Amino acid sequence: MRPVFFCLLVFVLSACSGPMNDPYPKSEDGKAILYSAFDEPPKHLDPARSYASNEVVYLAQIYEPPLQYHYFKRPYELIPLTASALPRPVYVDADGRPLGADAPAERIAESVYEIHIRPGIYFQPHAAFAGKRELTAADYVYEVKRLAHPGLHSPIFGLMSDYIVGLRELGTELERAAKTSRGWLDMRRYPLAGAQVVDRYTYRIRVKGKYPQFVYWLAMAFFAPMPWEVDAWASRPEAVADNRTLDTWPVGTGPYMMTEHRYNRRIRLARNPNFRGEAYPDAGAAGDAAAGLLADAGKTMPFIDEAVYTKESESIPYWNKFLQGWYDSSGIGSDNFDQAVRVGAGGESELTPAMRAKGIALKTSVATTSFYTGFNMLDPVVGGLDERHRKLRQALAIAVDIEEYIAIFANGRGIPAQGPLPPGLFGYRDGAAGINPVVYDWVAGKPRRKPIAEARRLLAEAGYPDGRDAATGKPLVLNLDTMARGPDDKARLDWLRKQFRKLDIELVVRGTDYNRFQDKMREGTEQIFEWGWNADYPDPENFLFLLYGPNRKVGAGGENATNYVNPEFDRLFVQMKDMDNGPARQAVIDRMVAMLRQDSPWLFGFHPKDYVLHHAWLKNVKPNQMANNGLKYRRIDVAARATARKAWNRPHWAGPVLAVLVLAVALVPAWLAYRKRQEARAR
Amino acid sequence: MTAYLLRRLLYAVPILIGVNLLTFALFFLVNTPDDMARLHLGVKRVTPEAVQKWKAERGYDKPLLFNAGAAGLAKVSDTIFFRHSLAMFAFRFGASDDGRDIAGEIKTRMWPSLAIALPTFVIGLAVDISVALILLFFRRTYVEWTGVVALVAMMSVSSLFYIIGGQYLFAKVWQLAPISGYQDGFNAARFVWLPILIGVVGGIGAGARWYRTLFLEEAGKDYVRTARAKGLSEARVLFRHILKNGMVPILTGAVAVFPLLFMGSLIMESFFGIPGLGSYTIDAINAQDFAIVRAMVFLGAVLYIAGLILTDVSYTLVDPRVRLR
Repeated sequence: MRPVFFCLLVFVLSACSGPMNDPYPKSEDGKAILYSAFDEPPKHLDPARSYASNEVVYLAQIYEPPLQYHYFKRPYELIPLTASALPRPVYVDADGRPLGADAPAERIAESVYEIHIRPGIYFQPHAAFAGKRELTAADYVYEVKRLAHPGLHSPIFGLMSDYIVGLRELGTELERAAKTSRGWLDMRRYPLAGAQVVDRYTYRIRVKGKYPQFVYWLAMAFFAPMPWEVDAWASRPEAVADNRTLDTWPVGTGPYMMTEHRYNRRIRLARNPNFRGEAYPDAGAAGDAAAGLLADAGKTMPFIDEAVYTKESESIPYWNKFLQGWYDSSGIGSDNFDQAVRVGAGGESELTPAMRAKGIALKTSVATTSFYTGFNMLDPVVGGLDERHRKLRQALAIAVDIEEYIAIFANGRGIPAQGPLPPGLFGYRDGAAGINPVVYDWVAGKPRRKPIAEARRLLAEAGYPDGRDAATGKPLVLNLDTMARGPDDKARLDWLRKQFRKLDIELVVRGTDYNRFQDKMREGTEQIFEWGWNADYPDPENFLFLLYGPNRKVGAGGENATNYVNPEFDRLFVQMKDMDNGPARQAVIDRMVAMLRQDSPWLFGFHPKDYVLHHAWLKNVKPNQMANNGLKYRRIDVAARATARKAWNRPHWAGPVLAVLVLAVALVPAWLAYRKRQEARAR
Repeated sequence: MTAYLLRRLLYAVPILIGVNLLTFALFFLVNTPDDMARLHLGVKRVTPEAVQKWKAERGYDKPLLFNAGAAGLAKVSDTIFFRHSLAMFAFRFGASDDGRDIAGEIKTRMWPSLAIALPTFVIGLAVDISVALILLFFRRTYVEWTGVVALVAMMSVSSLFYIIGGQYLFAKVWQLAPISGYQDGFNAARFVWLPILIGVVGGIGAGARWYRTLFLEEAGKDYVRTARAKGLSEARVLFRHILKNGMVPILTGAVAVFPLLFMGSLIMESFFGIPGLGSYTIDAINAQDFAIVRAMVFLGAVLYIAGLILTDVSYTLVDPRVRLR
C-alpha cells in the first residue's frame, strides 16, 4: 500500500502547489526555458549527414559553420559567424596563375577560398577533451574530409565531389581504408588537396571552376568544425552501444549544447558555458526597430538558458498546450486556422479577438519554397517541346485556378507563383514585370488570370478542340500520379478534376504509395505529378537547376523531376550560375524564366506563407527562411509567462463534482426500490 | 503438466516462424529495401551509390528468401529473412535501421507502457465487474434497463472519441491534468491518471456487458436459487456465491491478456505523448523500420502464446476438475 499512498501524496501535493495541468517539473519553474515540440524525431544529428529541416533546428544552435545569415536583414545577407570576414574567392587558371575577380568563368580552373577564423572560440565541455578546447582551422578541415567518409553517406558528397578538389579521390581512398580497418577512421591521416590548414586559425578550400554559390554552403552545418577527439570518442564501441555517437549527440562551439537526448521523447539544449558571447544585432530591415526587434541591440546573446523539445505526435494536444501557455510558439494547422486567424476584407490576415486577448502575436513570411504541378516531358501526350504539346500545357496552366486553390485549401496562406523563383531571391521580379504572361494579364495594378476561353483556344490549337483529339475524336484523358490518397485529399483532388473539366478534359487520379510513386518518378512512367522544392540557399541557381537538362531524373537521377531538356535553357543556366548578382545576371534569369513560362514544364503553383504564433512573453521573433540559429536571439519574459500560465490554468472542479453528484442522485431511487423489494413480505 | 507445457512450447516454434514469415512478407510486399534506404537517407540529393551502400551495411542487399547464387546451405542462410529474423528466437533483436539497440529501447519503454496498461487493466477489471454486479443487483429496475442501453452505447463509441473527449473535458476545459507528456518516477502519476481513467471508462461498455452475461448465467443456476430460498440477502447471494463462481472464466480470460500489457496501447500513447512501446511501434511503422516492426510483432506473438499457456495453467488452479496432460 505504501507506494500507492506515496503516489497519491505526490499527486495531491503537486496539485496544490500550482496548476494541475502543468506538464513540466516544478524544478523548472521561473527559469528562462523555451518549450517547443517535434512530431518526428531527428534521424541524423551528424553535421555531415543531416539535411532535414527538423534536424537543423538543433544542429544550428550547437554547430557553428564559418558563416551565418544576418537574422534581420532582407534580402538575405551572409555575415561571418566564426570567420573573421566573408571569404573572397581567388581565381586561378589551369597553371595556377591568379586571375582577376572579373575573369571569364571558362578561364577559371579553381576558386580558392581562404577562411580565417577568430581565435578564442572554445568547444562546449565534453569528455573527449582534457580541458578547454579551442577551435582551430584543423577542425573545419577535418569535417570537410568527413563528407567523404563511406560510412556516413553524406547527402552532399556527390555534389561536393564535383567541386572540392580531391574529395572524390578521398572517398575512394577512405572506402579502401574502411574495408581493411575496423572502427574509427582518423581523417587527419588522409590528406585532401581541396581542404588544407594554412595556420592555426586559417584554412583553405579549393573549388573546381567558378562556383559562387559555394559560400552559401559555408553557412550550413556540413561545413561546421569537428574536433578529431570527439570523433574518436564517439566512435568507441562503448559510445555506440550507449547511443552516444555523433549522429545522436552533437558537439560544437555554438551558444547551446545538448544535455538530454531521449530518443523520440525529449531533447534538451542548455547554454554552452564556454560560449564566447555574441552581440545582438543593432541593425535590421525597415520596420524592425519600430517593431521592437532591435530593443536588445548590443546585449550579449544568448538570452535563454535552456530549450526543451518534447515529442507531440498529435496536433490537438500541441495546439491546446500552446493555448494554455505550456508552449511558447506554434504553427497553425488547418483545423485550428479559423480559431486563430480571420482574413480581413482586403485579404490581410489578422488574429481573432480570442487570440488577441491572450496577447498572442502572429508572424507571417513567404517561404522560399515553390509548389508546382509537373508534366513529365518524356510523356507522349503532355511532354515535348513542340507547339502542340506546349499549347496543351499552357491551356492547363490557365485552367487550373491557383488563386482559388490557395483560398480553399491553404486558408489563403500563399501567393500564386509566376515562375519557379520565390520572393526574397535574387532574380525574382515583383509587379507587372514579374507576371507570367501566358497565364495572367496585368489589370488595374494586379495580375488577373486569363479567361477560360483563352485556354480553350490554346487547347484547340493543340489539337484537342472541346477536349477531344481532333484526329481520333476520342476524349482527352490525363493521369495524375499522386501519393495523396487519404480522405483529406479527396476534396482537393475533386477540385483538381473540376479544373481540368473546364476544358472537357478528364483527369484520372492514380493514387499510389510513397515508394511506388518514387519508382514511377525514377522510371519516368508518370504523366502529371505534384512536387515542391525548398531552397537550400537564397540563390536562383538553387531553383533553376531543377530544370537543367543534365539534372533530369530519368537516366541521370537528378532533381529535374519533369525531365525538361531545353538546350538554350541549359546554356543560359551554365552562364547564369557562375555570374555575380547584377543587371547582367538578372537579364539572363529573365530570359530563362520567360522560356519556362512559354514551355510550361511546370504548372506553377504557389509559394506558401508561413504563419507562426507566439505568446507575448517570447521576444525577438522574426521569421527567417534561411537562418536556423534563431534560438540565441530569443528572449523570454519569465515573470509574464508565469503570471499568464497561472491565470489561464486554474482547475475547474464544478464540472466533475456535478457529474459525480448526478450519478449518485440517479442511483438513489434504485436503491430505495431495492430496499423496498428486500423488505417486502411474500404474499 | 510438464509434458503438456513442453509440448505447447514446441508448438510455439512453428507458430513463431510463421508469424515471422508473415510479417516479413507483408512488410516487403509494400517496402523494398531501396525504399527503406531512400526513406532513411532523405529525399534530397540521394545518389544510387548511397542507397546501395546503406543496403549493404544493413544486409538488405541480399535476396529476400532464397539466394540462388549461393552454394549449399547459404542458399537459405545468406538471405534477408534468415539474417534478420532467426536471431529473434534467441531474443537478440539487434539494432534498428538507424542504429539504436532495440532491446534497450524495449527495456526503457515498457515501464511507461506498463504504468498505463497495468492500472487500466486492474482497475478496469474491478470496475467492469462492479458495474456488472450492480446491474444484476438492480435487476428489473430502471437502473438495469438504462444501464444496459448505456453499455451498448459505450461499446459502440470509438476509443478515439474517449481519448479526444477525455482530453477535452479533463485537460482542456476543467484543466485537471496535463493534456500530454510524461515524467519518470512518482511524477508519472500526474500524467497517467487521465489515460487510465479514459481507458477504464472506454472499456466499461464491452467489459461490463460481457461480465453481466457471465453473472446472469450463474444467477440462473440451482445453487443460487437454493441460496435465495435459504433467505440470504440479494447482496450476499451476489457477492458471496455468484461472484465467486463467475470468477473462473474472468480470471482465465484476464490471464490470457496479462502478458500483452507490456506492448502498450498504440493510440493512447500517441495522443498522450507517453513514450511507451505502443508509440514505439507506431513510429517504427511510419518510419518503415523493419528491424523494430519485426521485433515488436515477434514479441507480441511470444507474449500472446505465453498468455494462452498461462490461461491453460490457470484453469488447473481455479478448477480442480481440469488436468493438463
